Amino acid sequence: MTNYTPSILAGRRLPNRWDGAALLLVMGLLIALVDVGRGTISTPIAAIQNTTIHLDPSYLPYYALRSTARMFAALFFSLLFTFTYATLAAKSRRAGMVLVPILDILQSVPILGFLTFTTVFFMGLFPGKVMGAELASVFVIFTSQAWNMAFSFYQSLTTLPNDLQEVSRSFRLSPWQKFWRLDVPFAMPGLVWNTMLSMSGGWFFVVASEAVTVGNTTFTLPGIGSYVATALREENLRAIFYAILAMLVVILLYDQLIFRPLVAWSAKFRFETTAAISGPEPWMLKLLRRTQLFREIGETVTGAMRAVFRLRLSFAATRQVDESREPSRAVDALWFTAIALVAAYAGWKIIGFISGTLHWHDLGQAMLMGTFTMLRVTVLMAVAAIIWVPVGVWIGLRPKATRIAQPIAQFLAAFPANLLFPPVVLLIVYYHLSADIWLTPLMLIGTQWYVLFNVIAGAAAFPGDMKEAVANFHIQGWLWWRKVMIPGILPYFITGAITASGGAWNASIVAEVASWGNHTLAAHGLGAYIAEATANGDTARVVLGVAVMATFVITFNRILWRPLYAYATRRTTLG
Amino acid sequence: MPTQPAAPLWGKTMDQNAIQPLLTVRNCRQSYHKEASADLVVLDDVDLTLQEGEIVGLLGRSGSGKSTLLRIVSGLLKPTAGEVKWRGETLHGPAAGVAMVFQSFALFPWLTVQENVELGLEALGVKKHEREERSEEAIDLIGLGGYDGAYPKELSGGMRQRVGLARALVVHPDLLLMDEPFSALDVLTAETLRTDLIDLWMDKKLPVKSVLIVTHNIEEAVLMCDRILVFSSNPGRVAHELTVPFAHPRNRFDPAFRQLVDDIYGIMTRRAPKEVQAAPAVPPTGFATPLHPVGTNLMAGLLETLSSPPYDGRADLPALAAALQYEADELLPLGETLGMLGFAELEEGDLILTETGKRFAEAETEDRKEIFATQLKAHVPLINAIRAVIDQRSNHRASAVRFRDELEDHMSPEYAEETLRTVISWGRYAEIFEYDEEAQQFGLEEEDEEEA
Repeated sequence: MTNYTPSILAGRRLPNRWDGAALLLVMGLLIALVDVGRGTISTPIAAIQNTTIHLDPSYLPYYALRSTARMFAALFFSLLFTFTYATLAAKSRRAGMVLVPILDILQSVPILGFLTFTTVFFMGLFPGKVMGAELASVFVIFTSQAWNMAFSFYQSLTTLPNDLQEVSRSFRLSPWQKFWRLDVPFAMPGLVWNTMLSMSGGWFFVVASEAVTVGNTTFTLPGIGSYVATALREENLRAIFYAILAMLVVILLYDQLIFRPLVAWSAKFRFETTAAISGPEPWMLKLLRRTQLFREIGETVTGAMRAVFRLRLSFAATRQVDESREPSRAVDALWFTAIALVAAYAGWKIIGFISGTLHWHDLGQAMLMGTFTMLRVTVLMAVAAIIWVPVGVWIGLRPKATRIAQPIAQFLAAFPANLLFPPVVLLIVYYHLSADIWLTPLMLIGTQWYVLFNVIAGAAAFPGDMKEAVANFHIQGWLWWRKVMIPGILPYFITGAITASGGAWNASIVAEVASWGNHTLAAHGLGAYIAEATANGDTARVVLGVAVMATFVITFNRILWRPLYAYATRRTTLG
Repeated sequence: MPTQPAAPLWGKTMDQNAIQPLLTVRNCRQSYHKEASADLVVLDDVDLTLQEGEIVGLLGRSGSGKSTLLRIVSGLLKPTAGEVKWRGETLHGPAAGVAMVFQSFALFPWLTVQENVELGLEALGVKKHEREERSEEAIDLIGLGGYDGAYPKELSGGMRQRVGLARALVVHPDLLLMDEPFSALDVLTAETLRTDLIDLWMDKKLPVKSVLIVTHNIEEAVLMCDRILVFSSNPGRVAHELTVPFAHPRNRFDPAFRQLVDDIYGIMTRRAPKEVQAAPAVPPTGFATPLHPVGTNLMAGLLETLSSPPYDGRADLPALAAALQYEADELLPLGETLGMLGFAELEEGDLILTETGKRFAEAETEDRKEIFATQLKAHVPLINAIRAVIDQRSNHRASAVRFRDELEDHMSPEYAEETLRTVISWGRYAEIFEYDEEAQQFGLEEEDEEEA
């Protein structure tokens, strides 16, 4: 397993004016979305035929298929976005200046808070058609997948090896040829890894986006998520267990049929000069590679793709690099002015949008709620660290245990945690427990596995000679943890922790409010604040809540995770 | 090399009497624009003419701009001034008929040997059938038959560079550019590749008309080239041009061969023509003299070697290089650094130990540090400047960033970084100051701090 730098950690540490502009632009865009959505909200929406969800388990395979199809549709759009957005950001200096900070902001905005508005927006595009609801669902999944994929691709494009670029130029490959021969293959391992993370995170959003309540109408799309929503309303515990079972099967199939073969295959694109010792070939990949029929199909497909990649399409890019040429100041100035104007317009729009309904004490309220949620996330991270670091280290130092536990942890990370909420909610209702405390673990139930499998990876990668040195000097007990193991796994732990904490913030929107039949449990927190505002159709407060949450997340990343990660990688690697 | 019919396989014949040169470079200059001060000149006033049928070597130390010149010739880089003409026409980009072999091999790890070789043909839009035929031909010629389906990571370094060669040859370039093609290989492998290449060239089996090779290895240049251009550094200029009169195959142990190698060592260690002759015996170094990243252990090791038999204080550089298995490129900066610090002197290809150098070689660890500190303070103004700033501050700390910025006014960021790293390592060894990597700050040892 490779430890890829999470995209959140990749950017600069200190905010600058580009971040400000990007924040304004992103929020402005979201408000525009909400605005359009709110405009159509009043139009009659009864026209759409409302799908009835059957709780009979025989319907589940079909529902599972529909959910999976949505996931892959979103993945397709994410890839399309990645290839265009990241390429533009990497190849054009001016575009990159604004596109990269925007991406950085986007990956910190909890899109889940906008679920209602995106649904209404897409319904407005296709009034009375199921298509609108489908697209809305796909869009939400897309927003959970695209950003880190694009970031990973962008990072690869900016670290292309210089000699290979020179080869491409001196042998006069066209930009199209270079893109498929150099850019994409070089980015492949990181992109595949991030796609997998995205897919894992995506299941959560599939489940969340299939049953969306707008006002007093609930849009349902046939799928596992709407099946669970219906079961919740009808207080059918058995159906919920069927759904969990179905999801387990889906994730297992996806893991075995796609995840593992793809990761093993992408090892081919690793940019290293020595042949690494690779693990056993996943059975699916073996099947694809060794079976006559699959091989022929595979060769036909790759042959056709290669023919397309080989097309020149354009004859440019045979120019010399002119190192003495300075970028044109005039064009720069024009570009900066244009961005400043758009950002100022967005800022004006934002003020206009919230000033009518909101006062300063609303901001105070949202900040207070944000602090509650932050407290939750912090406590959860600490608890997760105390539990999973020793467990992960124990496993990671034992190759046999690693081989068994690592895939299980990855598998659990992909499982949509929102399916596990109902049983917990039931317990809280039954025993009259405090929602403020007991709803909290739900936020981390799905993402804690990132901590576990990264710690396992870190411990497994701990150098053998250092282990021997440690044994030789009889370093044991607390000293061993303090001076050896914790520094050794620190970069890995932080990688996992940041994924987990980012996921927890997002999950708070669905985890701080839970319902079982007529019982609704709500904890105090920003997630509940956003969820309540959404339920009341209070768009201004939704925007405020989301903006505050994005600010919390970004600040968290910038002043805690990035310096910590930079410190950990600097201190714990030689050279 | 398998013997093959000597007929020109590639349907081209070499015309020794071509009137028009393949390539001409006139008054070429390459500089990087600096905001704060004067431009940083990498190449200055370089002329080069390439005729068909010759192998020309560009020989020089790292940083002498020879690789930059190769990139200008290849059309990858636009010179700041001067003109480059390829077959009589001004070059505007990577030209058809020029192919390059890279020091790092620059193979695509996700493509097989055959796919790597075919890459240049794909860019030309050659049809599949012809592509396969030509790549097969090149692969066989270069001794890679049977490896077609292998990935680069499965191959040894020598085999990888053969792929690099096949990839360049398959497009049938008129000019083959080679950027230190054998310097990443071990000695024996490099030698095999060199002789194979020369054999193919002599048998006229190479589908190229001329070869331009960049190297820092003097013997390699004498072994392969018909003509050698020796570069001087800072800025890169052609210091000397010489013809190699020997016929292939050449014998390294031939006295005439040895003499030529010796002469080139002499040329490369000769001081720049008397610009600073009024200066004292040890040339003064300014605040912003780029320092070679030479470790203190390496210096100590060389001084010890130099002071003990068989050298006893004086060594012939080619002989020393051979004994230590160093190349000129590695030994010369080392010798120059010793010279700058007053431990040794460079003279016409010889390295001579000074009195201080002798004292250092014979001293114990603590004394060595003191001698080293004295020499640093006398000859490296940068170290005095840093110490002075530390002493001025009440908290005895100084940021490294400001020194890096100041250095960058006078040299490229890479050299500035390298120089700063070197001065940090030297200053730490001599215990002139301490350095906190985390804070990027210079400081003093505690005892020093109390004194100060």
